[in-house]
Amino acid sequence: MIPARFDYAQPTSLPQAVSVLSDAGEDAKVLAGGQSLLPLLRMRLAYPSVLVDVGCVSELRGVRDEGDHLFVGAMTTQHDLVRDPLIREHCPLVSLTAATVADPAVRHRGTIGGSLAHADPAGDLPSVAVALDMVFVTRSPREERRIAAADFFLDYLESALETDEILVGLEIPKLGPGWTYHYEKFHRTAQAWAIVGAAVAVRRADGHIAEARIGLTNMAPVPVRASSVEAAVAGAAIDDDVLRRACATADEGTSPASDLHATPEYRRHLARVLTRRALATAARA
Amino acid sequence: MTVTPTPAEVRQSEVGRARRRKEDARLVTGQTRWTDNIQAPGLLHIAFLRSPMAHARITRVDVSAAREMPGVVAAFSGADFGAEQGSLPCAWPVTEDIVIPDHPPMATETVRYVGEAVACVVATDRYRAADALEAIEIDYEPLPPVLDLEKALDADSPLVHDAGNRAYTWTLSNGDVEAAFRDAPVVISRTFRQQRLIPAAMEPRAVVVTPLGDEYTVHTSTQIPHILRFLLASVTGVPEHRLRVIAPDVGGGFGSKLQCTAEEVLCLLAAKRLGRPVKWTESRSEGNLTVHHGRDQLQRVQIAAEADGRLRGMKIDLLADMGAYLMLVTPGIPLLGAFMYNGVYKMAAYDFRCTGVFTTKMPTDAYRGAGRPEATFAIERLMDELAAEIGVDPVEVRRRNWITHGEFPYDTVAGLTYDSGDYEAATEKALQLFGYDKLRAEQKDRRDRGDTVQLGIGISTYTEMCGLAPSRVLGQLGNASGGWEQADVRVLPTGKVEVATGATPHGQGHVTAWSQIAADALGVPFEDVSVVYGDTAVVPRGWDTYGSRSLAIGGVAVHLACEKVKEKARRVAAHLMEIDPGDLEYAEGAFRVRGAPAEQGRSIQELAAAVFNAHDMPEGIEPRLDSSATFDPANFSFPHGTHLCAVEVDTETGFTKIRSYVAVDDVGTVVNPLIVDGQVHGGIAQGIGQALYEEAVHDAEGNLLTTTLADYLVPSAADLPAFVTGRTETPATSNPLGVKGVGEAGTIASTPAVVNGIVDALRHLGVRDVQMPCTPERVWRAIGGAS
Repeated sequence: MIPARFDYAQPTSLPQAVSVLSDAGEDAKVLAGGQSLLPLLRMRLAYPSVLVDVGCVSELRGVRDEGDHLFVGAMTTQHDLVRDPLIREHCPLVSLTAATVADPAVRHRGTIGGSLAHADPAGDLPSVAVALDMVFVTRSPREERRIAAADFFLDYLESALETDEILVGLEIPKLGPGWTYHYEKFHRTAQAWAIVGAAVAVRRADGHIAEARIGLTNMAPVPVRASSVEAAVAGAAIDDDVLRRACATADEGTSPASDLHATPEYRRHLARVLTRRALATAARA
Repeated sequence: MTVTPTPAEVRQSEVGRARRRKEDARLVTGQTRWTDNIQAPGLLHIAFLRSPMAHARITRVDVSAAREMPGVVAAFSGADFGAEQGSLPCAWPVTEDIVIPDHPPMATETVRYVGEAVACVVATDRYRAADALEAIEIDYEPLPPVLDLEKALDADSPLVHDAGNRAYTWTLSNGDVEAAFRDAPVVISRTFRQQRLIPAAMEPRAVVVTPLGDEYTVHTSTQIPHILRFLLASVTGVPEHRLRVIAPDVGGGFGSKLQCTAEEVLCLLAAKRLGRPVKWTESRSEGNLTVHHGRDQLQRVQIAAEADGRLRGMKIDLLADMGAYLMLVTPGIPLLGAFMYNGVYKMAAYDFRCTGVFTTKMPTDAYRGAGRPEATFAIERLMDELAAEIGVDPVEVRRRNWITHGEFPYDTVAGLTYDSGDYEAATEKALQLFGYDKLRAEQKDRRDRGDTVQLGIGISTYTEMCGLAPSRVLGQLGNASGGWEQADVRVLPTGKVEVATGATPHGQGHVTAWSQIAADALGVPFEDVSVVYGDTAVVPRGWDTYGSRSLAIGGVAVHLACEKVKEKARRVAAHLMEIDPGDLEYAEGAFRVRGAPAEQGRSIQELAAAVFNAHDMPEGIEPRLDSSATFDPANFSFPHGTHLCAVEVDTETGFTKIRSYVAVDDVGTVVNPLIVDGQVHGGIAQGIGQALYEEAVHDAEGNLLTTTLADYLVPSAADLPAFVTGRTETPATSNPLGVKGVGEAGTIASTPAVVNGIVDALRHLGVRDVQMPCTPERVWRAIGGAS
């Protein structure tokens, strides 16, 4: 558990960070909170030549109200996602979900940018990103990009970020009044990764579900939307049997992995149960 | 006129007080002597290259490129150490025909498990050592792995060792078992799998070997510095009197540090060759691979009973996975269970057979409870199945079978004599604390309603043999070790007291408990007692800490040594006071004439000073107010208790939540209730770990898949309910303090309580058993979720 040799850079501004990362070449990695990257280094599963620590880049910090969305700096910790008043008010699904990540020690170091850029489908925040259609704001020497969540996650641990591109922050849409939320996480111990998770936002009208957004954790190499359920519950009554029928297709289009904790068959079953429970909890909140 | 002392003047007994632990502040802040904190001038760091194959012939090892890497001082292969590295010891040859294969600390010709050391690098820092490992070239010729316990015994199975895959078969029989089963109204047969567990002590193992001329100081994170000293001497040929072994503060062991490890031997050999201090600290993943594993047994068990549930007899047929080699007490672990399958129950006939099997996996050895949790699980699961079979409450079927309070001492069918116990009292108290009847009513209600979440109640009425042990019995069982323990008690010139104990702690709280025992025996303040341990130069003799033996053996030795000190002090006091020793009484820390006021006596502090300057000593008394005592009990101690666990099982997902847990334990006289509660809490958590979470998993090639704590799940406080603990106190008769061991009780009791609870929650759905760990998916499949 001893990392191989690497160089270390600690830029103090975004332009400097972009330039350092660009100069460092293809084998450089951006270090945010280190909660995913450092274990990979220690197990010698990754051999970056340079670590560009963006912890001192002030442009990556802070939460701002930008009208129809919040801008959340990439270095915002999961702890801050739980506590931040703006996020709690306008994007509570982010706060609710961040509160379920690992344990307090991890949440004080782990960041929203690091967690999303790592693109682990078992992470909790990626499914929220796709459910809320977050926009990923990035910077490279060539350009500033705004990437839709649906285009950001390419494969297991693989994102649309180029090797010289830094994730600056997230634009998280405010869904507005009338929406309620829940994240249903299923894991074996409190600190363990989600076997499956369902991130749900529901808009109610006239005692019915008018609209729903559903992101699934760990049901494919990337976080996925349960689109068929979203369609099925639009206009549905808030009733367990109705929801059960609507959620029968929650695993449609998914390709869950088999690992030590669950088979694909079980994950598909959990996706149906958890989606239903998340919808019911959100709709009755 | 008689003066009645005010209550404040009456010395409160220390034994029984919930003293906060003296050692905790430095342990929990880390401001202490963990082995990894040990530094030495010129310290080198060693890193081990480990086999990536479960079974292979080594055809080439080339460490020359590693030797050229920056900062590298040396690199060694197994062949480089040659005969000097000896063979790691097995001290418990359980049968005469047992196969004990040669076990070189570093493999030379064949590797037999993933993680076996095949080469090492010694460098100026850990990073350079780890880098240089990647420059070592090794060629392997793969051999077929042997992974399945049952198939390993097939005639056509590949062999782990040339002598065959059967290490031994050991049997124990009492009574006419065939008669007990013939025409028995009820026979229940089950096969239980005790999954392989990985002891996950908080402190990883670490070793620092410092040479000084031809003398070597070995700091190591071990439970057994005394035993290790002579083992290292016998393995490496370094004479025992040139070896000093120090277990500084040790952060947990659970049996995993009851071992003479390859790394300890190889660090010593490297330091010897290089003449410089060498350090090794394992990573968590390295530890998961190469700390000896626990459990891993296949249990084929049968009981025969009358129609009313009274037991007639029992048959146990075990396959125990030894792993690739026999380590310190590997073959003996299932035997510790052999005497416990009958549990707290009476029966006329018993038949036990265990075959130890070699596989190409990390060797197994002692892990908290060591054989007894496996046995207790089997009998307690069977008692629940028996209750269901004959249609009575699981508490009632136990009442019909257990040894009643009036029947002690009781000779069991397995050949032990249980000295004392009160199963009725412990069970009554547990049922009350648990709210048994109310929970049963809720269970019925949930069943009737077809609730998604079903409630289950698991019970476990356990006992265990611990306080290892009578030396004579260990000898009869073929165990090479002794079972006595030693203590030295020294009254220093200022009257402060120093206790040196051979029972080396690794987190249990010996410093506090021994202080309480000595304070009571000598009548001195708790704060005036210090305890030294863990260093063979400071405490030369001892059998160390395992098998819940410290208090019942080592604590008693402290008490006996104090008594001897007092007798010596009596003679000095009598001499100074010019009175017959028999006319003196000892109270409140002073000798005085019977009935005389205390201030006319001589305090232990005054006597210590008088002995120190030796100006006026009685004839034949040496000027030292100290004494040594050893204690070797005539019998084990037998803690017992009743644990009750309420689980809520989510029938849609299979998730099990422990809703409440009550443990009433009888550990005899309680020296410190806080320490007892801590042991019980930790023990229960560890037993729950086996029931719900933990399992070492290998793939088809024999690679361990659970090398991190993300894959090998252990419970944390967040996963557990607030435990309710209660006690009954039935003193042990095998020692003068009446104490019994408590270190393993919680682990032994809790695993079957949890699994019984899960099966109880789902029995009406047709579930009769769930394989441990009872993961959500396994529970879901047991319910039929997959169909």
